[in-house]
Amino acid sequence: MRIGVITFPGSLDDVDAARAVRLAGGEPVSLWHGDHDLKDVDAVVLPGGFSYGDYLRAGAIAARSPLMQDVVAGAKQGLPVLGICNGFQVLCEAGLLPGALTRNSHLHFRNRDQVLSVERADTAWTGDYEQGQQILIPVKNGEGRYVGSDADLDRLEGENRVVFRYVGGNPNGSSRDIAGVTSENGRVVGLMPHPEHAIEDLTGPSTDGLGFFTSILKAVVSA
Amino acid sequence: MCGGPGTLVGVSRVIVDVVLKPEISDPQGQAVLGALGRLGHDSVRSVRQGKHFVLEVDGTPDEAELRQIAETLLANPVIEDVELHLSKD
Repeated sequence: MRIGVITFPGSLDDVDAARAVRLAGGEPVSLWHGDHDLKDVDAVVLPGGFSYGDYLRAGAIAARSPLMQDVVAGAKQGLPVLGICNGFQVLCEAGLLPGALTRNSHLHFRNRDQVLSVERADTAWTGDYEQGQQILIPVKNGEGRYVGSDADLDRLEGENRVVFRYVGGNPNGSSRDIAGVTSENGRVVGLMPHPEHAIEDLTGPSTDGLGFFTSILKAVVSA
Repeated sequence: MCGGPGTLVGVSRVIVDVVLKPEISDPQGQAVLGALGRLGHDSVRSVRQGKHFVLEVDGTPDEAELRQIAETLLANPVIEDVELHLSKD
């Protein structure tokens, strides 16, 4: 199972994401933002970092890169896509996910281990979790406050597209404690916290993040 | 050629201002407001922080193209509004 991991200029967590894919049993495939080549991967991960130094808006310039045109086209055909942190910002800027990520309400960079509740266990990336399960994974961002108009947020909730919410404190002031959302078809998921940093006891607060990468392997097989 | 960009022949200057929509909270603006209060500027009731772009364009600006640039890249229409100012000279 080939899972692509895109590297943009300023990506930081692409190596960790590739490692998470490998530990879950998949084959990580490096993808370069400037190419028009998805290399026949079965799913794509957009990793965390500071693409283009967060210039203009976080994720804004990366969202207009050549490869993102192929990712958007692929996603419309059902290609599963996961955006983590900066990758989530890129997906929102590319129009694949609703809403926007803005400066944390307290204006500080926040780095801590965070409890999330899994609101949707039926997306391509969350099938190995239970609905309502609480997981512990790191969160680290300065521009992670999820926002949208009240009408847009109401519609999002009405369509049951909130995948994760913060539990035990909201690290960035996100509207309605939203930590992650999904596309209408449940194939594209974005979240600010970092599952790829919680895959081994040696380096993470838990191994709760591994479920993202085992989930997608099963989702791709059954698709 | 010396002088500012406005002195170049055949080049127009276009200003694009980007501001957060009124319903989106602006913690940076609120931090500035807090600093103003500490400096004794009590008459300032509110601060909204935005972005100001200066574009130099060859020939006569194409307003439709510039509006597209402003609304699809310079601003994120989910959270921001744009104002376009085309110079007449």
